[in-house]
Amino acid sequence: METLITILIGVLVTVAVYLLLSRSLIRVILGSAVLSHAVHLLLMVMGGLKKGSVPLLGEQAEAYTDALPQALILTAIVISFAVSAFLLVLAYRTYKETGLDDLHELRGFTDE
Amino acid sequence: MLTITMAIFIPFLAAIFIPSIYKGIPRVNIGWFVLIIPVTLFIMLARNISAIAAGETYIQTIPWIPSAGIYFTTYLDGLSMIFGLLITGVGSLVILYSIYYLSARESLAHFYVYLLLFMGAMLGVVFSDNMMVLYVFWELTSISSFLLIAFWYHRKQSRYGAQKSLLITVTGGIAMLAGFLMLYAMTGSFSIRENIASVGELTGEALFLPALLLVLVGAFTKSAQFPFHIWLPDAMEAPTPVSAYLHSATMVKAGIYIVARFTPVFGGEPVWFYAVSAVGIFTLFWGSLNAVRQTDLKALLAYSTISQLGLVMSLFGLGSAALHAGYSANSVLYTQATFAALFHLVNHSTFKGALFMMVGIVDLNVGTRDVRRLGGLMSLMPFTFTIAVIGSFSMAGLPPFNGFLSKEMFFEAMLTLRHLEFFSIGTWGTWFPVIAWIASVFTFVYSMIIVFQTFLGEHQPDRLDRKAHEAPPGMLIAPSILALLVVTIFFFPNIIGQYLLRPAMASIYPSLAGEMELAPRILAWHGKVDTPLLMTGGVVILGIILYRLLQYWRNIYEIGPFRWNLDALYNGMLSFAERSSSLLTNFYMTGDLRNYLSYIFAFFLLAVGGSLWFTGGFSFDMSNDAPIALNEYILVFVMAAACVLMLFVRSRITAILLNGVLGYSIALFFVFFRAPDLALTQIVVETVTTGLFLACFYFLPEWKREKSAQPTKIFNGLIAVSAGVVVTVIALSVQGNKMFESISVYFENAYDLAGGKNIVNTILGDFRAFDTMLEVVVLFIAGIGVYTLVKLKAKKEERDVED
Repeated sequence: METLITILIGVLVTVAVYLLLSRSLIRVILGSAVLSHAVHLLLMVMGGLKKGSVPLLGEQAEAYTDALPQALILTAIVISFAVSAFLLVLAYRTYKETGLDDLHELRGFTDE
Repeated sequence: MLTITMAIFIPFLAAIFIPSIYKGIPRVNIGWFVLIIPVTLFIMLARNISAIAAGETYIQTIPWIPSAGIYFTTYLDGLSMIFGLLITGVGSLVILYSIYYLSARESLAHFYVYLLLFMGAMLGVVFSDNMMVLYVFWELTSISSFLLIAFWYHRKQSRYGAQKSLLITVTGGIAMLAGFLMLYAMTGSFSIRENIASVGELTGEALFLPALLLVLVGAFTKSAQFPFHIWLPDAMEAPTPVSAYLHSATMVKAGIYIVARFTPVFGGEPVWFYAVSAVGIFTLFWGSLNAVRQTDLKALLAYSTISQLGLVMSLFGLGSAALHAGYSANSVLYTQATFAALFHLVNHSTFKGALFMMVGIVDLNVGTRDVRRLGGLMSLMPFTFTIAVIGSFSMAGLPPFNGFLSKEMFFEAMLTLRHLEFFSIGTWGTWFPVIAWIASVFTFVYSMIIVFQTFLGEHQPDRLDRKAHEAPPGMLIAPSILALLVVTIFFFPNIIGQYLLRPAMASIYPSLAGEMELAPRILAWHGKVDTPLLMTGGVVILGIILYRLLQYWRNIYEIGPFRWNLDALYNGMLSFAERSSSLLTNFYMTGDLRNYLSYIFAFFLLAVGGSLWFTGGFSFDMSNDAPIALNEYILVFVMAAACVLMLFVRSRITAILLNGVLGYSIALFFVFFRAPDLALTQIVVETVTTGLFLACFYFLPEWKREKSAQPTKIFNGLIAVSAGVVVTVIALSVQGNKMFESISVYFENAYDLAGGKNIVNTILGDFRAFDTMLEVVVLFIAGIGVYTLVKLKAKKEERDVED
């Protein structure tokens, strides 16, 4: 299972990096969203998968899954949401001010 | 004593309140509130004069970074007393003067905040015993000087002068820091007093000479000694009160303070003697020679300040010979040089301060400081004229002004060099008095230029911007006090000698203090016509002749060494540095996001992938893998397909829906992987994100096909695939090498430790609550960012700045 998910992570990272390197602003933002998906899965895999019960003490299970990656991912999800939202609005404002959504054409645009 | 530490901080504290007072009480000039501070500090210090004169010192230590040997130690002795009185005394007068000098339309709050910042920093320099603390304050004086020179920052010349002074003085400051660190390496202490105490063990050390030279570079840059003097004339772009305060009375004397303070440490060394006295005497000569050719009165005063600082510097150099000679009949003679240096230091602050203020009055009244356009102002501005006469004649070394006394002592000290029998000085010893005398002749000439070309001669009203009239009385108070001091010191020099200079001598010669009388009686008339008096007479006669014939020999400034321009060297170095750094920066900072991301990924691949390759860290172990159910296979396939498809779809709506597929699939995985909290959060966030994307698409154009060239796409693809491979390989290797036990068992104690049964929740809300708080802060900042970008419009301001 872990190996399979890790390979999936590799695919996600590849796609994300390719999108990040493109010229269209929207593709770049999409790339960052995909990259955060990949990282969330990576964190999950690092803690080992399906090694115990849900980390709720009330379950009285013998073993619990690693709770620490889950806590980290929870934080990461929220932050990546904040970043995506900010980037989207940035793209909106950039387009509104300059009429451009192509990063190559935006290059060297110095008007404040 | 607590009050000395407080004296450093009072100006800083006051600076905090100045802007609100300025806003709160607009009808009263803010300068009157600021004036209270230096006056209070001056009185506070002056109350200690008699105790210091009796040989007491005050010391107070507050630990700052004890592990690094940094203590906030303040130390008040005779030497720091003189400087403290100069800083607060001249400071009070300058602030009083600036109340009338600066119009209420200027941004006075800025001006006085910078000025107080400087005052605090300068007091910090002279009262600190710890070299690190001293260095911090030292650089702070450079920074506040930068801010004050650039006070009229809309002028190009002001910005240029500010940058120049900052670059040169801070470079010197860093050299000095290196010198301090070397001293620390040798003695293990940053305390100047402790360094002085262990001076005997130092002289043989390999680092001793480099430390000496580096400290001197710091002192020379700050005190505008040749060849670092070039920043001072450009610093004259500052408002005149600033020039009077920082660039003649106090900050430029910080370098002299360092030389005086470190004389007990380095003074016995021949290199110190030669460097300080030779650089000083040459600066004296060069400064006076260049002052004569200036047509701008402030530039003339700047060169004259350089020259006078050189004079004081050279005297400190001569005085250090006493430490080499030890206790002998000769060393009494050499200590007189230091005594003359301290005396001239005080005198210079009085007459030069008055002269600067006088020039400010002329400039403000008639709108120019160019001596070619000035003339005949004597009858129109009689009080200003009187101040100019007193200041200039004192600078020229004429009686009955204090400059005469210190100039005589200066000649006397230079003449003793002929008797110097050590340091293998040979015939060089005779050159010193000769150069000193020639420089004094030029000093006389430019002092005459100030008086006669400004106030006598023909009045040319049509060449002036404004009609000349006497300055308001308030503006004359401060320079009059200084002019009065110039005369008073001439008649009662020994009050200063006994109460201020003698204790300072004890600080400079701690080893000799007990054994001999270091403070001679200062006499205007020695009872006979001696060599110094003859030299002064010669200066006057030759000076008058040269002044008369000025128009005939002025052409020498067009030839030879005068054309070699240190300014051109500085400008060349600066523009070379600018050009080469912008060349380098433009080479890789293309402004294209793709390039920057390529650098990041390329570095990641090389550093992480490369080190993995070279260390052979691969090791795959799949034996511990959990079994895979059929639905999981399907889900993995769906995700992989969805994300690869994302690259090829034509419509952005499809792309964002595919991203949604990824997000919801991950939520499903979270369910499989026993993470219900994550699954819930992921579903909510994914829904909102998709909504946001769609909302944004309404405003943005449909995405076009990527226009990049084929090679670029291939390169991007290569980077992307390698990044994916490296991440996969690392993740697999990490799973194959479990080097540590998981620490998560600790959190399974959640109910006892945090009182919660949901472990993830307790981690977020208790164990790592700080992380969560910062996460919320990030969310908050992003929220503010979103709001600003959507709602606010930037105002385009008209900027009034020269390029």
